[in-house]
Amino acid sequence: MSPATASPATAYRRTRRRWGAPALFLLPAALLFVAFLAIPICYALYLSFRGMRVSGGGPFGVREETWVGLDNYVTAFTDPEFLAGFGRLAIYGIIAVPVTLGLALTFALLLDLPRVRGARFSRTAIFVPYAVPGVVATLLWGFLYLPSTSPGTWILERLGLGGLDVLHDGMLYPSVANIAIWSGVGFNMIILYTSLRGIPGDVYEAARLDGASEWDIAWRVKVPLVGPALVLTGLFALIGTLQVYGEPTTLRPMTSAISQTWVPLMTIYRDAFTRDDLSLAAASSVALALGTLVVSVVLLRVTQKRSFGESS
Amino acid sequence: MSTVATAPRPTRTRRRAVDRPRRPGRRGSVLPTVALVLGALYCLVPVAWVLVASTKSSSELFSTFTFLPGTGLVENLQDLFAYGGGQYLRWALNSVLFAGVGAVACTLVSTMAGYALAKYDFPGRQVAFYAILGGVLLPGITLAIPQYLLMSKVGLAGTYWSVLLPSLISPFGIFLARVFAGSAVPTETMEAARIDGAGDARVFTSVALPMMVPGMVTVFLLQFVGIWNNFLLPFIMLSDESKYPLTVGLYTLLSKGSGTPALYSLAIIGAAVAIIPLVAMMLVLQRYWRLDLISGGLKG
Repeated sequence: MSPATASPATAYRRTRRRWGAPALFLLPAALLFVAFLAIPICYALYLSFRGMRVSGGGPFGVREETWVGLDNYVTAFTDPEFLAGFGRLAIYGIIAVPVTLGLALTFALLLDLPRVRGARFSRTAIFVPYAVPGVVATLLWGFLYLPSTSPGTWILERLGLGGLDVLHDGMLYPSVANIAIWSGVGFNMIILYTSLRGIPGDVYEAARLDGASEWDIAWRVKVPLVGPALVLTGLFALIGTLQVYGEPTTLRPMTSAISQTWVPLMTIYRDAFTRDDLSLAAASSVALALGTLVVSVVLLRVTQKRSFGESS
Repeated sequence: MSTVATAPRPTRTRRRAVDRPRRPGRRGSVLPTVALVLGALYCLVPVAWVLVASTKSSSELFSTFTFLPGTGLVENLQDLFAYGGGQYLRWALNSVLFAGVGAVACTLVSTMAGYALAKYDFPGRQVAFYAILGGVLLPGITLAIPQYLLMSKVGLAGTYWSVLLPSLISPFGIFLARVFAGSAVPTETMEAARIDGAGDARVFTSVALPMMVPGMVTVFLLQFVGIWNNFLLPFIMLSDESKYPLTVGLYTLLSKGSGTPALYSLAIIGAAVAIIPLVAMMLVLQRYWRLDLISGGLKG
């Protein structure tokens, strides 16, 4: 970075709209954005309208591409397993998102109470799982779920109640969602808590003088004030849910209840790498990305907050 | 900043204030404390479990009570670091490389871009901002497969670059840097430096950069944890086990381990060793986090 751009006119530069310095500052980000976001998106779109057929024999068979229009999308959306994956994703999300946000908000509000003991310890402890990678978190919980190593089963057996397999049937969804909740509560709690701390104290003063209980203050004053932060954490929780992949994949060796196509991304991975149908995988990826965008925009619209702020 | 005024209704609550002593009761602080301690236990128990389980030999793992420490810690550690000719250490170093280098570079890229977006007016600024927003809302993971295909085309798939390069761009990092540059760097100070004859690069490095340090630490930590925890990208990009980061390596151990209890012990001690440094780093650096940035950026 050489200060070669210095000139007598520099002081007035900001008043004129021009390229120059900002272009240089933005250049690395712009190049990376184009290379790793824009081009892959366009490539995925392109692929999704192409059909790839392997012709010729042997390991060096020639791939022949042709335009197939919406065929891949039709295939994706008529595949009952892919659709069922969205169904399972919905059940998982309906458990994981509200519980994560609910717990995060509850803990943040409790931490913000005036006379709570051991707040620093609890805050740190609840934040610890954020530093545990999803795969490792799954491994930990997986062993806690596994009947042969689970403390729950150990206790139940001593009580003569028999084992409890939490990785099957009705318990499977809460068990998988629990891993995401465990990983996500701390981070969301900290975001909500820091935005609670950002509210000036005199906002509550009037309410306290009037004898409002802490409960009233929490619900009537604090929650509305952290609304924008709640919308944002909700948005990220939702985006995170739609791309869940690592947790169920890591749990697969431990339970037969999770199929190879349990959630949409797992189906996409299988199509791309096991079945070598890249076009179908591309079409499904585009559909999933578009779906996520639509859900995010709808959420932002519905909550009617100018959440991401106009650029000033 | 906070314009959302939801006034408490003073008239309704006034009477109660007279009936009751004004000190918000001691009684009221027991329940919140209990709830918080329960939350802390919920978050710590699995970590405690893996630490205890890592001391068990593979026969003790399935026979003794889960929270009873075992006798196999030293042996487990030896096994872990001997596995595959020291593969575990390779994985750990790879994770440090991906997350360390990736997060530093990403922080610099994001800071420069965020600064330009917040402090300069130039043609296309609005378009650039919306592109970043779109990037924030796009699930990055759906890009992994097209990224892999493109990487194979240029012959980079399977190399360190294939995991490192896509980690360098973080729309959310740029978004945060823009918020922080907007609030922490006063335009007047920049003007003053310009009048003193500093060029754009000089204004950035000696005026803006020092002011943006807390924001940069936040972007760095978010990105570091993000890359460290990433699974699908390295899982797709890499095929050579010696290039795996810890997440993919541990997954491989676990998936090979179904049916082989010895590998279960390895996966457990591997998980325990893997979380200790990151948790320690989080606890130390926690105070430097400026997570209020994230919510602060929302008030517009």
